[in-house]
Amino acid sequence: MNIHEYQGKEVFRKFGVPTPRGIPALSVEEAVKAAETLGGKVWVVKAQIHAGGRGKGGGVKVAKSPAEVKDLASKILGMTLVTHQTGPEGRKVHRLLIEEGADIKKELYVALVVDRVTQRATMMASSEGGMDIEEVAAKTPEKIHRVAIDPKTGLKDAEAEDIAKKIGVPDGSIAQARDLLKGLYKVFDECDCSLAEVNPLIVTGDGKVVALDAKLNFDSNALFRHPEIVAYRDLDEEDPAEIEASKFDLSYISLDGNIGCLVNGAGLAMATMDTIKLFGGNPANFLDVGGGATTEKVTEAFKIMLARPGLKAILVNIFGGIMKCDTIAEGVVAAAKQVGLKVPLVVRLEGTNVDLGKKILADSGLPIISAADMGDAAAKAVAAAKGQGN
Amino acid sequence: MSILIDKDTKVITQGITGKTGQFHTKMCREYANGRNCFVAGVNPKKPGENFEGIPIFGTVKDAKAATGATVSVIYVPPPFAAAAIDEAVDAGLDLVICITEGIPVRDMIRTRDRMKGKKTLLLGPNCPGTITPDEIKIGIMPGHIHKKGRIGVVSRSGTLTYEAVGQLTALGLGQSSAVGIGGDPVNGLKHIDLLRLFNDDPETDAVIMVGEIGGSDEETAAEWVKANMKKPVVGFIAGVTAPPGKRMGHAGAIISGGKGTAQEKLAVMEACGIKVTKNPAEMGKLLKSVL
Repeated sequence: MNIHEYQGKEVFRKFGVPTPRGIPALSVEEAVKAAETLGGKVWVVKAQIHAGGRGKGGGVKVAKSPAEVKDLASKILGMTLVTHQTGPEGRKVHRLLIEEGADIKKELYVALVVDRVTQRATMMASSEGGMDIEEVAAKTPEKIHRVAIDPKTGLKDAEAEDIAKKIGVPDGSIAQARDLLKGLYKVFDECDCSLAEVNPLIVTGDGKVVALDAKLNFDSNALFRHPEIVAYRDLDEEDPAEIEASKFDLSYISLDGNIGCLVNGAGLAMATMDTIKLFGGNPANFLDVGGGATTEKVTEAFKIMLARPGLKAILVNIFGGIMKCDTIAEGVVAAAKQVGLKVPLVVRLEGTNVDLGKKILADSGLPIISAADMGDAAAKAVAAAKGQGN
Repeated sequence: MSILIDKDTKVITQGITGKTGQFHTKMCREYANGRNCFVAGVNPKKPGENFEGIPIFGTVKDAKAATGATVSVIYVPPPFAAAAIDEAVDAGLDLVICITEGIPVRDMIRTRDRMKGKKTLLLGPNCPGTITPDEIKIGIMPGHIHKKGRIGVVSRSGTLTYEAVGQLTALGLGQSSAVGIGGDPVNGLKHIDLLRLFNDDPETDAVIMVGEIGGSDEETAAEWVKANMKKPVVGFIAGVTAPPGKRMGHAGAIISGGKGTAQEKLAVMEACGIKVTKNPAEMGKLLKSVL
């Protein structure tokens, strides 16, 4: 789960990680009021969407008067922000963060992720703040410093000071940077983050070390113990189809193509998408119905897929293990009848009770195209989507 | 021969009284020599009771002492599953197979750290388990699609393991053991560990390795194959079409910044002498072609 920058900064402050003072705003009036409350002479108007690259996309602007805050807020609120992380369709801005201006002397980078190889939380830091860190990693990997953190001790003073020195924090600010980095690890660990990124981390003209940005992602498997984080969820930032699917415990992700896929198991679902692509088609979605699919779940899955404009075919690929093929077949037939199927449906069944499953499909009277294996299924679905079906 | 488990393995089921634990314990017991293998269950609240004749103990330690079991399988719900692994490790079992899906990564980081220097091996979590056909099945895979034979199967994904096994069986090629290592980012045994075991198993002739996007386990395993493997390995990687930054069901199946893409993995595997296919319907055929 992702949260907004201003929410991330609220979390930071709880853990003693310094941030600029700021107030979120949902309207132009609130933005102006926020600027007045903050006081000072310079403000930053920041679009709040769940994607990076907002500055380059025109979603972060500096204002030098409340009138300018008003002008910028009215331009940014409601705009569709396109960044390298939003995709070409962009993301509509519903919220702003109004922040006091910062006197930036140095821009640094720090992030925490879980490293699969060391199986530890790992801090990555660089002197090259404010840039795309993937670019830094590719061009100047020597400028990225890492430390794998022992879960028993947390980030140690010496480790934090060492990293701070390596990324160019001035001597007088090392102690502050150490405390900030330790606080950041605490956020990452105690809140069950999967990513905590500060880009940039700044050193100000008077030597203060401050988190100018906050990007936090959370491990969805741990949300059960963080109601305070779940309360930050912003449904405006999520795909409506994915929200609908999650209500039925379906793992669903929208993609660009026109062939809907309904599969059991994440690996098989990815492999099915790959096979469609291999045969010249394009998957419309990733959909894992899981191991315990019921008729109701299959019906909901069909509804979600069919709601997509431009859908040309559906491919059902099931390897019934514990889940029996006849159960799936009954679900497919019920769903197809209930939702009024208007596109070709290709079904590949394998595994437990496969013959019974195939019989149910054949006896249903529905125009179902049955397939012998995954390759055959993908070829038939691609042909059907191109209008050369049957 | 086989790897990790055989017909004489004695198994403790942690979480035997839950719905999932009950169902799969029944299925495992009905498979091959299962009746003699599944000797104990654990539930701290129900020591002295039994599940269909399988005695329930309060702790793994007690279950091990009473039955001599060396392996456990875990169906405990996610918030408590890492602690269940810790308990099995502390009891000194040889192998712990954790089926539970959805364990917080933070819990697994601590559990893996506690396991350092201990002898216990961990398979999973979030995995289907492992099977040695006609001998023993520990986990949630459908037993009937397997056939005894000489091909090893190792995969991160459950249903893709079944897919590979199903294709082999259809071609008349049986399996020595089939192992699902699970898709979580912090887990136990990895592709490389299973390839080592298959390499040393005199009754395995060749291996299918099924990977997916994310991480670098497949690349590491491929380098090892190039240097050490005496048997042919074929492979498939799921997720060529997965968009970056999207989580595809498995926590593991996420790619970022061009790292861990299917194309990269396939290229490294090919460079290391592993034959790969981009068509998952042809994993079995490809394996047959290298025998």
